[in-house]
Amino acid sequence: MKLTGAQILWESLVREGVTCVFGYPGGAILPAYDAMLDYPIRHVLVRHEQGAAHMADGYARATGQVGVAIATSGPGATNLVTGIATAMMDSSPIVCITGQVGSKLIGSDAFQECDITGITLPITKHNYLLTQPEDVAATVREAFHVARSGRPGPVLIDMTKDCQQKSCEFTWPEAAAAPAGRPNLAPKDADLDAAIALIQAAERPLILAGNGIIGAGASEIVRRFAEHTDIPIAMTLLGIGGVPASHPLNLGMMGMHGEAWVNQAIQEADLLVALGMRFDDRVTGNVKTYALNARKIHVEIDRSEINKNIKVDVGLVGDVGQIVAALLPRVAKGDHAIWRAHIDAGKGDAAVRDIKNLPDSGHLYAAHVIHDLWRETDGKAVVVTDVGQHQMWEAQYYHHDQPRSLITSGGLGTMGFALPAAIGAKVARPDAEVWVVVGDGGFQMTMCELATIAQEGIDIKVAIINNGYLGMVRQWQEFFYERRYAATPLSSPDFVKLAEAFGLTAARVADRASVIPAVQAARAHKGTVVIDFRVEQEDTGYLMVPAGADLDAMIRRPSVLAETGADQ
Amino acid sequence: MITFVVHVENKPGVLTRVASLFRRRAYNIESLTVGHTETAGVSRMTVVVDTNAEGAHHVEAHLYKLVNVLRVDNVTARPNVIRELALIKVSTTARTRPEIFQLADVFRARIIDVSNDSLVLELTGGAAKLDRLREVLEPYGVLEMARTGLLAMARGEGAAPTAGEPAAGRIDEAQPDIAYSV
Repeated sequence: MKLTGAQILWESLVREGVTCVFGYPGGAILPAYDAMLDYPIRHVLVRHEQGAAHMADGYARATGQVGVAIATSGPGATNLVTGIATAMMDSSPIVCITGQVGSKLIGSDAFQECDITGITLPITKHNYLLTQPEDVAATVREAFHVARSGRPGPVLIDMTKDCQQKSCEFTWPEAAAAPAGRPNLAPKDADLDAAIALIQAAERPLILAGNGIIGAGASEIVRRFAEHTDIPIAMTLLGIGGVPASHPLNLGMMGMHGEAWVNQAIQEADLLVALGMRFDDRVTGNVKTYALNARKIHVEIDRSEINKNIKVDVGLVGDVGQIVAALLPRVAKGDHAIWRAHIDAGKGDAAVRDIKNLPDSGHLYAAHVIHDLWRETDGKAVVVTDVGQHQMWEAQYYHHDQPRSLITSGGLGTMGFALPAAIGAKVARPDAEVWVVVGDGGFQMTMCELATIAQEGIDIKVAIINNGYLGMVRQWQEFFYERRYAATPLSSPDFVKLAEAFGLTAARVADRASVIPAVQAARAHKGTVVIDFRVEQEDTGYLMVPAGADLDAMIRRPSVLAETGADQ
Repeated sequence: MITFVVHVENKPGVLTRVASLFRRRAYNIESLTVGHTETAGVSRMTVVVDTNAEGAHHVEAHLYKLVNVLRVDNVTARPNVIRELALIKVSTTARTRPEIFQLADVFRARIIDVSNDSLVLELTGGAAKLDRLREVLEPYGVLEMARTGLLAMARGEGAAPTAGEPAAGRIDEAQPDIAYSV
């Protein structure tokens, strides 16, 4: 049977298991939209294409399935770019489909023409320009394979209008064309033996757990490996949830805004076992002084990450779950009680950070909000955060026990990510309780998606941590620019009225005692609720390693009380 | 200097993808040639990169992440033949023409065009040989020069798989049936 290119697109997407796409129509993608109506596809109409890419990304991160965004040519396509780059940096599998002007018009600077395959070349795993319907099925098949295989990432398919309109026979390829001739990088016994020897000889070992553990679904095997070897675990931001926060071996987050004892432990360790992480500069600080006492084992699916930022002693390329599973039966049971006790001693008065116990001083701090949110949701919500101080506070005060329960833009640090990504997460997992934790700055970047929420009847809860500043930038200005607050004071609309204008429920909270009732009311409400938390304006996210400084050169909380964000 | 032979699918944009990778990762391309191979649909690039052995491992790993890249061979340390072709137009007079003919003879260059006041030489060889001929022709007046960039091929039987020390893990042999992260 002959089908149009547009029909083949949907036939192919349905065969790839796609049930929902996030998009925005336009001239060059109209044939695809017209054909869509005949297929069992839910289309979520976004208010800006950046939102579509973030929603597809949120969908992918919440489930591990490929998320799909669709947009027209020209500005529709360029609006996707930030979302694509975000997915690239955090290895999130999405497929973006864009319309393109007719193939005869390509290169003529036609209306809404732009070279989106050229533009997205460095921020996609791969992209395609399709001009013939004959190529559509095989390309979609390959695109999904590329997006989800190996180190996942975004793929873009640009389809000319005539490619969507012309017809041909539809045949669905048995399998995706896989790239040929790759070197066999599977670790050999000798490599595994070298790693095992290092693990067994170590007295102060540490596991560094990253996003790869979640991507590979390796949480369980990593936990068993850590328990068997008795090696404590430090988390990257994107690794959070990969190992339960409540696990006794889980030390917490490392890096620029990590825990002091974690960074100290990294600097004192004699072995780092890096699992599915990439030694980002926010994690290492100054690479010249990073973990100088430690031998290093790097388990990573992307060979180009090995020895990129940090030189390692053993590099094991492959699926982190499979490699840890290969190591586990061959490594002896460990006992690092002395080392763990030493790290624990470094925690000192950090226990005070269970701020539940602190007196209510009348002031509201972001830490209070997030802590209470964690308690009220029993740590079981999917929390989607934006970028900035609130993101770091969330990572510190909301304790995630499940993989894929924290969704955040780590690598690119994309403000405006949270609200659309949360919509994608909720669409992917309708039964999950989804909370957005977002600053007043980032919220205003993509708050138009409140209209999407209203139209689609999405039920998420939005906690705006509203401090009237671009808080993280203000904090840098406080520390490194003599408190010259250039362009960081930020005015906002009345978020309660704003949400209500979109037909949503909203509340404002300005004191500690009202946090829990507001959270409870929001949870009880069917439908989206926006809560404007008016928090302390010049609160600071501790701890902080200045950019490029040694990992243990940390700016600590000035006092125990400040540590909790209580009155000074 | 590191010399790679890179086999790629002959698809639109593949040259941009390879070139963009070098730009993006801040590696300097000294020379890059592309042409057809013995296999239809497969192009062959010879890329000379200003980097060291460590950089070479990174470049290779990054190249393999490109979907259209079929195979990467670092031929720098292996027995190989490396050739480049140059066309050089030299200004001549009746007096200098015989001298240039003699020089061409010494370099085994061919004279492929002669006019009243200039001639064109064609020379094949390693980069150093081409440089040297240009230098000796300079006093006569080099009017124009065009060079192809390097072509490289490993010596000996067949197409040997990637060798060299592994960057990580062990890269023993290219096994066509095994695909890893792309």
